[in-house]
Order: sequence, then structure tokens, then C-alpha cells
Amino acid sequence: MGLVWEGIKQACWLLFTGDAEVLGITLFSLQVSGTATALSLVVGIPLGILLAMKRFPGRSFAVSLINTGMGLPPVVVGLFVTIFLWRSGPLGFMELLYTPTAMIIAQVVIAFPIVAGLTMAAFQSLNPNLRLQLLGIGASTPQLLWLLCKEARLPLLAAIMAGFGGVISEVGASMMVGGNIRGQTRVLTTATVLETGKGNFEIAIALGLILLLLTFAVNLLLTHIQQREQIRWPKPS
Amino acid sequence: MQKKFSFPTLLAAMALVLTVPSYLPAGEAASRNVILSTTTSTQDSGLLDVLVPLFEKKNSGYSVKTVSVGTGQALELAAKGEADVALVHAPSLEKKYVADGKLLNRRLVMYNDFIILGPANDPAKIKSTKSSAEAMKRIAASASRFVSRGDNSGTHNLEKSLWKSAAIQPKGEWYIESGQGMGATLGIANDRGAYTISDRATYLAFRKRVTLAILLEGDRPLLNIYSVMEVNPANGPRINTAGGKAFADFMVAPETQAVIKSFGVEKFGQPLFIPVAGMREEQVGE
Repeated sequence: MGLVWEGIKQACWLLFTGDAEVLGITLFSLQVSGTATALSLVVGIPLGILLAMKRFPGRSFAVSLINTGMGLPPVVVGLFVTIFLWRSGPLGFMELLYTPTAMIIAQVVIAFPIVAGLTMAAFQSLNPNLRLQLLGIGASTPQLLWLLCKEARLPLLAAIMAGFGGVISEVGASMMVGGNIRGQTRVLTTATVLETGKGNFEIAIALGLILLLLTFAVNLLLTHIQQREQIRWPKPS
Repeated sequence: MQKKFSFPTLLAAMALVLTVPSYLPAGEAASRNVILSTTTSTQDSGLLDVLVPLFEKKNSGYSVKTVSVGTGQALELAAKGEADVALVHAPSLEKKYVADGKLLNRRLVMYNDFIILGPANDPAKIKSTKSSAEAMKRIAASASRFVSRGDNSGTHNLEKSLWKSAAIQPKGEWYIESGQGMGATLGIANDRGAYTISDRATYLAFRKRVTLAILLEGDRPLLNIYSVMEVNPANGPRINTAGGKAFADFMVAPETQAVIKSFGVEKFGQPLFIPVAGMREEQVGE
């Protein structure tokens, strides 16, 4: 337990002295996973809405794919993205392997099924009469979608949190496609692996704690947005 | 009630995140990136954290991307043309790749040594021998637990060559394959009270955490020789031949060799690697 205590002290020290490298790694992790989450919303939310509201042949197959995708092992995603980005691979000409862009691509692949799956569930749990009602009062399709999104905002924010949580915490894909290059592609999770490998357990624990703190801060913000709209029960008069 | 809901604010925040990264375009010109495939020991010892910035300073324009994996994988990546230069430590394996023409211009860079570690009470009684092959025989004969890396790394290759020279096929309850890096493997061996083989640099980094004792050292087959090799441009598309050669030349340059010689002295009281550029393999460790 002494080791954990040392780690906590180290984490405080690194944070309060504003260690440039640790700060850089922390901001970089936030940037990569934030971008990946944002992109996965762009893909995942429309896909989830489509799967929830349209009936088409092969839909249940697509839903099963998305549900499986919600549990994609990051290391498998990493392997496939790596093979695609190899110089000898189909996208090799882009020279993307071992760059932040490659990490974002892998993280989007991990996060978008999570976002799509939870969006689909959110829309399916809406009262079907609401849609009819809105159409009945003459809502256009964009208006309809916007209002339904608003109605489903609580589970949608949960989808964002789940997507972000999935990518900020993964290590397998970031390690493989990013290469854990100092000053270029090192994020909190890969740095933790490296320091563990070096035998610097205090620093590894400190980095782990900083990662938890970062995830907590982001979720606190999103939860705040989510919960401020809680139903207010009328006060008894 | 709906007014307060801040989905738009959230979307705006997301848009901000999206526009902030200036790194998104693949930007860097292809020829500037040098991909170095190397072993975990060079990375975990911290040596590359010193040498790579030095190289980039001396050869402005190059940006080194270090991929640190097991030696087996590092050589395979180079042979597939997914790297430009390889810095590894498995001489017999390296010679195969050179003979096949996949890797070129193998040059020795530095060496240290492997050590055989085990529980202090030494159940297999290997401390009394000076021969690593004999030690392996005794470990197998007494079925004392032994933790192997089992990952085709340089260390694993050395271990395999020791079993071969002892004419033993390690198999059984006592033979544990960790499939992990050296640090994790030391932890498992320590936990199980088992024998294992480690490079000296990693052992020194973990010395405080393990109670395993050095039971055999100094036998010639335990030499751990690192070489640098350039990648044959015929191995694949887009290989940065000039960049790979520049890094290989850098590794054997006198100034770099001097840096290697003093690396680790401050932290461990002894150098982690001994530079040997220009020597032949037989001369190493004489």
C-alpha cells in the first residue's frame, strides 16, 4: 500500500508543479479522445436514429453488428487499423501510422458503435405516439428529429459519456497505431504501460490517477449538463 | 424549460474540440519520418529518450518514430518494409534476415549481458556452475520453475539457444511462458520463486522490487549484443532509405558511442551498455 501512497504523492507533485511533459500528455489525451468522441457522435447518432426509426431489410442484422461493435476489443481494432495504415496496406500512401490521426481513426471505430447503439436504444424508448403527434401538428423532418433528440437528451448524453469513457481508457489500439512516441503520440494510458515496464511504479500510479481525475472531470461536466434538466416536481401548494 | 437545455452549447464545444487540433493533416513530408523498429529494452532503459532527440538535433529535418516491440516483431516489421532501420539484439536471428537480403549493413552498436536469476536458496544448485548450458540442464533436471518470455523477443531467442546447447526441450509444469515484457516477467518469476533470464539493464531497473538473486553471470553465451541494420529498399514501398542510413550511421558514430558509454552511470552506478562499434562479434567481451 505504501506504493499507492507514493503514487498519490507523485500525482499531486506532478499536477501542482505543472510538470510540462505530464501536462502535455494529459492535454493530448483529452484532445485525441475528445476529437474521436466528437467524430463518433457525427457518425453514431444519425446511424442510431436511422436504426431506431426506419424499417428496412437487413436491419436486425445491422443492429446485431452495432451491438457487437459496442464491445469491440480495442486491441483488435488497433491491429486492423495498423494493417490498413501500413506502408504496404491499402491506405499506406497517406503515411498515417504512428500519428495522432491514426489514433483518432482507431478510437472513432471503437466509440461510434457505442454511441450508435445507445442512441438507438434512446430513440426506441421514446413513446411512439410522440412522433405521430409531432407529425400531426405539422413538424418537418428536421424539426421532428430535433425535437426527438431533445426528448431523448438524457440517454443521448449517457451515450456521449460511454463513448468518451471507452476511448480515453483504451490502451491496446493507441499503443499499436500510435506507437507511444514521446512528444508525438504518447497518451496517459500508453505512458502508464511504459512506466510500468520501466519499473517506475510510482509514476505509473500517478499517471493512472491523473487519467481517472481527467475522466471524472469530463463526466462531471457532462453529468452537470445532463442533470440540470431533471424533471422538477411541482411543489405541493 | 427547454430554453435552458444546452445541447447547442455542447455541440459548440464539440466543434471547438474538432477545430483545435492543428495536427490533423498528415502534414509532415514523407521523407522526414524515420521509423525505428527496436526492442523494448532500449526503450525501457531510457536510452532512446536520450539518443533520439540527439539524432534529431544533429540531423535536423528528420523525425524519428520509435516502435518498440519484441526483437522478433521488430525484425519482421523491418523485413516487411514497415520500418526504415532496426536496432535489435538477437544475432543469430539477425544473420538470417541479412542472409535473406531483407536487412543490410549489420553493424554492432553496444552490448551488455544477460544474467540467470533465481530464488536465493537456489533449488537447482546452479550457482556452483559457470556454464549457462549446465545451469539450464540442472534447472530442467530438478524441474525447478522457470519463467520464459515466450514472445520471440531477443531474450527469448537467447533462452532458446541456451536450451538448445543444453540439448533440452523445455516442457512441463515447471516451465512457465509469460508472453510479456521483461519487467512483467521478472515480477512473475519473483512471485513464483522461479528462475528466469533477464538482460542486466532491466534487472537493474527492477532490482528494488524483486528478491531474485543473480545466480549465474559472465558466461560467454550470455553476451547481449545489439546491432543496427538498414532496411533493403526492395522490401516495400515508401521506405526512407536515406533516413534509415542516417540513423544507423548515428548509432555507431564516436560521439553517440560516448553517450552510450556514460548512460545510466548516474542512476545505477554502472553503465547499462558498453559501446562496441567497429568491433567484430568475436572481439566483444574480450
